[in-house]
Amino acid sequence: MAQAILGRKIGMTRLFDEQGHSVPVTVVQAGPCFVSQVKTVESDGYSAVQIAYEDIKPRRSTLPLIAHDAKAGLVPMRFHREFRTGSEDQFEVGQELTVQNFAEVKFVDVVGTSKGKGMQGVMKRHHFSGMEASHGVERKHRSPGSICSRSSNRGTGKPKKGIRMAGHMGADRVTVRSLPVIGIDKERNLLMVKGPVPGSKQGLLMIREAVRLNKSKAEMLKAS
Amino acid sequence: MSDDILRSVTQGQLNSTIPMVSVGDTVDVHVKIVEGAKERIQVFTGVVIKRQGSGINETITVRRIVANEGVERTFPIHSPRIAGIKVQRHGHVRRSKLYYLRERVGKKRRLRDRRRGLGWLVQQEEQQSQEAAEREAKEKAAAEASGSEG
Repeated sequence: MAQAILGRKIGMTRLFDEQGHSVPVTVVQAGPCFVSQVKTVESDGYSAVQIAYEDIKPRRSTLPLIAHDAKAGLVPMRFHREFRTGSEDQFEVGQELTVQNFAEVKFVDVVGTSKGKGMQGVMKRHHFSGMEASHGVERKHRSPGSICSRSSNRGTGKPKKGIRMAGHMGADRVTVRSLPVIGIDKERNLLMVKGPVPGSKQGLLMIREAVRLNKSKAEMLKAS
Repeated sequence: MSDDILRSVTQGQLNSTIPMVSVGDTVDVHVKIVEGAKERIQVFTGVVIKRQGSGINETITVRRIVANEGVERTFPIHSPRIAGIKVQRHGHVRRSKLYYLRERVGKKRRLRDRRRGLGWLVQQEEQQSQEAAEREAKEKAAAEASGSEG
């Protein structure tokens, strides 16, 4: 059964492993979550599990949502997210999901919303190199350069669709794949993963068992 | 709240045997070195020129002179690879970062010993008298033991 859980990012620190290596660790307060709905092909056209996380005051929620949670036998919940685990029939409505389910899991994918950077130029947003500092360049040191010519895009002279330009950066849904799980803390519902995860502290994170692993990590999993 | 959780997560890994090390101290850092299956301890002796971070992230930078060349090593003091830290001398310094030692050559590199306040002297004296009392008590006990045997 593929595992999934919602949580909030607590922050980063370091831990030392048995060899004395310093491991960068992100601490996530995950769960307890509850299954609020199980979607099936027959009723919804696709199969998925909807899980809910974090209590909320009823007056901060909406009646449709409160009723939706009540249908699953839950108190009003703040976040509802869907996961497609491929084993939806093993989940029951109202079932509790805790970090304990991740005790056997070695690698996870973490989905979050990255920090917003606002309006940014092409150098920061798309890693363009910009222009030269001298050699006749004036007031154009960070500009993208040419975006089209008269003959570009089949002679229309219009920029091609999808040309990378300056604009709003960050605050996107970002998935970090295959992060090793360093440990769990059942009492405090903490999940420790290696390396950074998207978003700010207290940001909502979706954590699921790694969908696919690269070669070296797959071998590590097999060896363990 | 987040910081409390982070602190509690790392609590178990903090090394409580590390002595108070301050900038300007001359210290022996005992470092565990793994060579294949064997493990041995290497001592790095030098002056602490920087102390940085807090909790499990705390590091000290130790500077020493090897073959007329300055060598600086930064140690995470809570790392399990640090077998121990011993303070040899306290140096008198007025900076928190002793980068100026990098430009110093020869005798100028040395730091004056720290002059302590009255409180420290009193403490020392008390400690010494306490130790002396303990020693006396021990001797007395030993003498009595040998006396009863005899």
